[in-house]
Amino acid sequence: MVKRFFERIYLLIIFAFLYAPIIVLMAFSFNESKSRSMWTGFSLKWYEKVFQNSEIMSALYYTILIAILSAVIATIIGTISAIGIQSLGKWSKKAVLDINYLPVLNPDIVTGVSLMILFIFVNMRLGFLTLLLSHIVFNIPYVIISVLPKLRQLDKNVYEAALDLGATPAYAIRRVVLPQIMPGVITGLLLAFTLSLDDFVISFFTTGSGVTNLSITIYSMTRRGVSPEINAISTLMFAVVLVLLVVINGRMSQDKNVSHQDIK
Amino acid sequence: MSEKNVSENIIELVNIRKEFDDNVALKNLNLNVRRNEFLTLLGPSGCGKTTTLRMIAGFEQPTSGQILCNGKCINDVPPYLRPLNTVFQRYALFPHMSIYENIAFGLRLKKKPEAYIKERVKAMLNLVNLNGFEKRSIESLSGGQQQRIAIARALVSEPEVLLLDEPLGALDLKMRQGMQMELKDMQRRLGITFIYVTHDQEEALTMSDTIVLINEGEIQQKGTPEDIYNEPKNAFVADFIGESNIIDGVMLRDYSVHFSGATFPCVDKGFGEDNPVEVVVRPEDVQLVEKEKGQISGVVQSVVFLGVHYEMHVLCDHGIDWLVHSTAMSPVGSEVGICVTPENIHIMEKSCKKETVDEVEA
Amino acid sequence: MKKKWLSYPYMIWMAIFIVVPMALVLYYAFTVRDGEAVRFSLANFQKFCQPVYLKVALRSIMLAFYCTIGCFLLGYPLAMILASKEYVQKRMLLLLLILPMWMNILLRTYAWMTLLEKNGLINTFLGNFGLGPYQFLYTDIAVVLGMIYNFLPFMVLPIYSVLVKMDHSLIEAAEDLGAGRLTVFRKVTFPLSIPGVMSGVVMVFMPAVSTFIISRLLGGGQFSLIGNLIEQQFLWVGDWHFGSALSIVMMILILISTAILNHYDKDHDNEGVGGLW
Repeated sequence: MVKRFFERIYLLIIFAFLYAPIIVLMAFSFNESKSRSMWTGFSLKWYEKVFQNSEIMSALYYTILIAILSAVIATIIGTISAIGIQSLGKWSKKAVLDINYLPVLNPDIVTGVSLMILFIFVNMRLGFLTLLLSHIVFNIPYVIISVLPKLRQLDKNVYEAALDLGATPAYAIRRVVLPQIMPGVITGLLLAFTLSLDDFVISFFTTGSGVTNLSITIYSMTRRGVSPEINAISTLMFAVVLVLLVVINGRMSQDKNVSHQDIK
Repeated sequence: MSEKNVSENIIELVNIRKEFDDNVALKNLNLNVRRNEFLTLLGPSGCGKTTTLRMIAGFEQPTSGQILCNGKCINDVPPYLRPLNTVFQRYALFPHMSIYENIAFGLRLKKKPEAYIKERVKAMLNLVNLNGFEKRSIESLSGGQQQRIAIARALVSEPEVLLLDEPLGALDLKMRQGMQMELKDMQRRLGITFIYVTHDQEEALTMSDTIVLINEGEIQQKGTPEDIYNEPKNAFVADFIGESNIIDGVMLRDYSVHFSGATFPCVDKGFGEDNPVEVVVRPEDVQLVEKEKGQISGVVQSVVFLGVHYEMHVLCDHGIDWLVHSTAMSPVGSEVGICVTPENIHIMEKSCKKETVDEVEA
Repeated sequence: MKKKWLSYPYMIWMAIFIVVPMALVLYYAFTVRDGEAVRFSLANFQKFCQPVYLKVALRSIMLAFYCTIGCFLLGYPLAMILASKEYVQKRMLLLLLILPMWMNILLRTYAWMTLLEKNGLINTFLGNFGLGPYQFLYTDIAVVLGMIYNFLPFMVLPIYSVLVKMDHSLIEAAEDLGAGRLTVFRKVTFPLSIPGVMSGVVMVFMPAVSTFIISRLLGGGQFSLIGNLIEQQFLWVGDWHFGSALSIVMMILILISTAILNHYDKDHDNEGVGGLW
């Protein structure tokens, strides 16, 4: 009983530590005044202001556009590449996976500056295109890592069985292989999407020409002096992420059910 | 036997060689498969039998040589255009499709009308004794049922040849025996060619019209189950098919062989005079008699009761250990005589027996 | 499936966007500009060895180290509690633990800014009792706090996954043999959880040592950590050569950490991830 009690207290303290800043942040997005410590009354005015703030809106637009484009492109390239990588020989497979893993392992700041050097080296203007390319670069490895285990689980005879029954290779991949690795592909897509949405460091080094995403905007605002509009946009983003998370979680438990059936 | 009429052959493999990286999987393989026969490729794992099957199906390309189907070379025909279908060892059913969709897969690709597909699927399910299973999911089936669906799926397009790659390997013994009978029966009724791969010699003997025994990428012997069992061409065959006493001997002249310290009459000829040979005697062909009445004599070393018969080891002169299967038991330590009738003595050319057998064991 | 060729385009892609950029970093790190010419030199690394920069590196390592210890002390009991819960409760608590991670790291860190400010919530609260105001923000403590806040789940999750897989009969066996609760922990539970602890340590240490946002927002100072130094060289000073050399130093730090992780992570067969790292 005593142990139970201490456990409860401990969990309470830890989760208070984890959630207090977020809750305070959200609460003050509804504050009437600009103060971040004094509660002066409920208001939605910062939410209205956010949507009139062209800087934030433009950043939001680029954030979402880059996240969707980079996630979709990375998922396509990553899935096709994963199918190819799966059939490579032992050593070339290992080499490819090691290089593929580099952007995952490398500190973001190193990935960011190395890409910046590349773009400037080949005289590319930093802007939308370089930002998009960078996001695709760091998203593909995650897609490949999500898809490969599904490909490994795939009964290798299943593809041959489809050919054997008269399917062309393209048809067999589309109708037989793809549906079976789909959970991995979707996981990769969602992972890529959220990583892109969340990225600051790599974007920070590889964008320019007035193209910024929300992270960069928040960063520059925190240095210039902070407006509760940031609290408002944070609250909105968190809500979106929460919804996404619930969806992903639902998917994962679905996967789990399927695998339970497999065991039977 | 099979070469008398070429047009009788549905599949012909001509001088097939297959290399994987540095390994030679098949060395110059020649094989004819007659229309409507049940042919089994038998051999230990890694002998090249599955590779042969996969080349016929089109999943592997021979390094050199030709594969003919109905007299035409199909080396460059991709698997999806070959008139043959495969049943895989681990079924390879499409888990994301219902049983109906699995079986209908090949027909859908041929753009058959839905009514025809429905009728064919029903007929196939009937054939494999799974009536009414259309809507079920793959996961809800037992291994044996899954294998039946795999067979139905492969047969629905009415292939000229059905390739089966150890289709019963994943089933338990009892189910395997039942399925053996069903497959044989199915092949007879449908009247199509089955090419069956297995490492199980009993399975091969039970089901096949023709057995092709392969080892180390070479055909060791091709023949009917009776031929292979009774007249093994070399020590590997004798050893792989059932248990045998393989004893070094000398062919004195036609119809007379000397081994195990005695001279035996036999029915073989044409091995020359005073030539070293190997003598194969099946353990069930050895008769134990009273010591004085035997052609040779020995001492019983061990007795094990195996249900139908006793398995005994009898040590004779020259240190030769005879394996004997008999329904009558002689106690350990007793002296017995051994008789072998001439037709039960099989003479083989002296081969590189030691190597072959050792490598198989390894 | 014999579809090797499907991976060839990505190999070219990797060459362009992963290998070449790394090669460029190496190139800049080992060269200096000499008027118009560029020549091979170790000067950038010599520059790094000046006390002022070494101090920054050491500071990065120390702060990351404190953060790692803090995460371990807070995280281990949490992992134990999580591992002992029933399935539904476990899932709930895990989700709660991970949820804040889904908020942008800048926002999470910014949230602490608003709490720690001179006229922030904590000082306002303390002011009610006549205390303060204290200078919390722009101190090392604030940076370590921010790091712990951001990286705590990285410590908890690996320890949790080891504990949850641990064979419970081992603990029962130890108790059966007369070990008290503390002895069981000291002799059985903890030694068996070391691989998880090591993964956690590396997974916290790596992002902590390479961060530049947390130090920038909560530490204030321009040169506080090695990450800030790299940013500074590329964006403000424009000395790519020195910046690249610093990046190489950071990569080596990370590679060493990963080597340690791999050493303790041998049993885990993560083939999707290359073996080299």
